[in-house]
Amino acid sequence: MITIFGTLLVVSAVDFKPWGDPLQPASVHVSPRYIERTLEETGVPNVVTSVLADYRGYDTLFETSVIFTAGIVVIILLRRQTDGKGTG
Amino acid sequence: MVKEPDDVIVRTVSRFMIPIIQLFSFYVYVHGHISPGGGFQGGCILAASFILMAVAFNIKEANKLFKKRIALFFIGFGVFLYAFTGVVPLFLQGNFLDYGYLSKILPLNSVMARYYGMAIIELGVQITVMAVMVSIFSDLVTAGRNEEMLKDNEDGNYHR
Amino acid sequence: METIIDKFNYWFYIAMILVGLYGMMLKNNLMKKLIGMNIFQWSIILFFISIGAKKGATVPIIIKGSQEAIRASDYINPLPHVLMLTAIVVGVATTGIALALLILIHRRYHTIEEDKIIEALKK
Repeated sequence: MITIFGTLLVVSAVDFKPWGDPLQPASVHVSPRYIERTLEETGVPNVVTSVLADYRGYDTLFETSVIFTAGIVVIILLRRQTDGKGTG
Repeated sequence: MVKEPDDVIVRTVSRFMIPIIQLFSFYVYVHGHISPGGGFQGGCILAASFILMAVAFNIKEANKLFKKRIALFFIGFGVFLYAFTGVVPLFLQGNFLDYGYLSKILPLNSVMARYYGMAIIELGVQITVMAVMVSIFSDLVTAGRNEEMLKDNEDGNYHR
Repeated sequence: METIIDKFNYWFYIAMILVGLYGMMLKNNLMKKLIGMNIFQWSIILFFISIGAKKGATVPIIIKGSQEAIRASDYINPLPHVLMLTAIVVGVATTGIALALLILIHRRYHTIEEDKIIEALKK
């Protein structure tokens, strides 16, 4: 089963562009606009922070809620009341 | 019966290093705009300081430093801070999470309002990530067989 | 021959995916399955980050003070880095919950071998 999956991955990796090519389809559509306009629209030189917090702030809000849910779930699964007093 | 190991060096060095690690985490958060860093990275480093406290000393001492009920409050407070600065532009005739419209209540122009709006939401992300990591670590350590470690024993060593 | 040398990072990540899948599917211990899942997840994250590299470009932090226009081919692509920050945090959450579930399973069945648990479930 793993050999079948491995051959599928190798066959599809032949079609990728070489490493470091500036004409990859991931780097063409939106990200030149983010790099060129971040300093005049937001004033933040760090493009990663400005994309994470300003242009894609909606994704970051729900990802914070994902880690909030994970913390609540571990609390529900693993805490027990001891004599009705609680710990700390 | 295992003799308690002689860890004077670890305890002294960690007692010195924990405030420095916390100060460094605030430095990484504040410089998120002009160097690599930001909310997630600063929150993980701040959580690492409390976990260092739990590893070098008892889990009871670390619980005295950052109690579980306070961690529960901080988990919700970070997400609330993020959503609050997202909802405020809605009242100022803007879109949701559009920090440019915060310039109507703060004395800044439109570009700098986005700058400071980003700083506030990164603070919310840092607080939530820190509280969740410390809470998950503390729950995983004291569940299972060691639930009596948080009560008042004479010391936190592992008695079979 | 150039295709093999030009794309050597893809072969490395494919090897890491296969190692992770082997650990997830063919091991009996639940902890080893969890480690296999973690290896699989990190190989996907590294693969996405390696897509965004460009030849002769630098870190995506814009150098202030230069008077000429900012060209996008001077900086590497920031979008995969942003999306993978979210993916790393989701991975941490998944691993934390999986470890909590392992503690509960051990408390109930006193073992974490998968075939012994299935035997105990059938009775």
